[in-house]
Amino acid sequence: MIVPDGRTPPADLVDPPLDYPPYRASQKRHPKEPLVILPSTLSELTGPVFGPGAVRPTDGDLTRQHAGEPIGERIVLEGRVLDDGGRAVTGALVEVWQANSAGRYAHKEDRHGAPLDPNFTGAGRALTDAAGRYRFETIRPGAYPWLNHPNAWRPSHIHFSLFGLGLVQRLVTQMYFPGDPLLALDPIFQSVPGERAQSRLVARFDLGLTEPERALGFRFDIVLRGRAATPMTG
Amino acid sequence: MSELTPSQTVGPYFALAVPWPGRTAAFPPETPGRRILIEGRVLDGDGVPVSDALLETWQASPAGRYLTEPSHEPGGLARAVVDGAGAWAIETLMPGPVVGPGGSTQAPHLLVSVFARGLLVRLVTRIYFPDAGDLSADPVLRQVPPARRSTLVASAIAQDRYRFDIVLQGPGETVFFAP
Repeated sequence: MIVPDGRTPPADLVDPPLDYPPYRASQKRHPKEPLVILPSTLSELTGPVFGPGAVRPTDGDLTRQHAGEPIGERIVLEGRVLDDGGRAVTGALVEVWQANSAGRYAHKEDRHGAPLDPNFTGAGRALTDAAGRYRFETIRPGAYPWLNHPNAWRPSHIHFSLFGLGLVQRLVTQMYFPGDPLLALDPIFQSVPGERAQSRLVARFDLGLTEPERALGFRFDIVLRGRAATPMTG
Repeated sequence: MSELTPSQTVGPYFALAVPWPGRTAAFPPETPGRRILIEGRVLDGDGVPVSDALLETWQASPAGRYLTEPSHEPGGLARAVVDGAGAWAIETLMPGPVVGPGGSTQAPHLLVSVFARGLLVRLVTRIYFPDAGDLSADPVLRQVPPARRSTLVASAIAQDRYRFDIVLQGPGETVFFAP
């Protein structure tokens, strides 16, 4: 059995509060009772471990899931998944989902009037390699309006879901693009306390990742709580 | 020490990326054990069903073992996307008791992660069973204020069938643990 050693720095240093009034949907959905704080047990320290069969090689390329190529600006998105000691998290399942280049999700509940793209679903998965590295190829998602407040627009973003080592490392977050003027106006991004923690959600443009004649490159490293796996017999 | 990546809401469109919508078995069909169904709803502070939530449950096998061998479909994990009425259900096997802190025994339970539009951080709770294990000796339940413990225990509604509602806010609010 493999478990992390359970060292879990307080997440509230970087995580948004559950009650964040500018994000309207949080108002009726946040618990009002205090969270019960417990030392992690085996239930939290373990978690599902995904083998290579969990991901098909094509799952990481969102531009080649249909007969034709999606409309939009192609990007390569690469990064490393690390623990808080800077060590690689190997075998992490990384799931992403996003709007198309016009800002529309291929989801039945998305009523935004922007066009769907028959060549783009906007979902991908990857497992991190021995260096904790993942890689996606996709198109840059568009910004889109939402109803949180008058004239509200979500900045371009890609949703990330990660299963690391043990459920203490479970993380769902969103990745943003550098220089987006909508970041300063977005209550979901602004719910993260402090510019320093906010900057952890913004990818970096990386010329080295760019594929000449094909795609721009962005780097997004992700740091999960807890330390790297310690093999244990149990 | 590297700086942690902050959490953000799962938003309303996560179902695009979840390959197993709806009722989900956490173990392969041939695994021995008592097959159970757990169903419930997710409700907000007004008692209104939350129609865009994702639940993930993690549990030990009937033998009380967490299955952590790499697998394309890890045993012990279930994922359920709520429907338009905030309802969810999973089919699984009754977990066995597992070791707890200080040589204690944790009663059979499922660890539950709750994600939803409006939730900026994952919520964590547990599902216990009224007829499985010694709840009064469970080291986690003992840390929960007695008046609120019942929010962590499913109701038996039929043979091998349980109900567990998750109340995010207000009267009957479910106990959530710091993740």
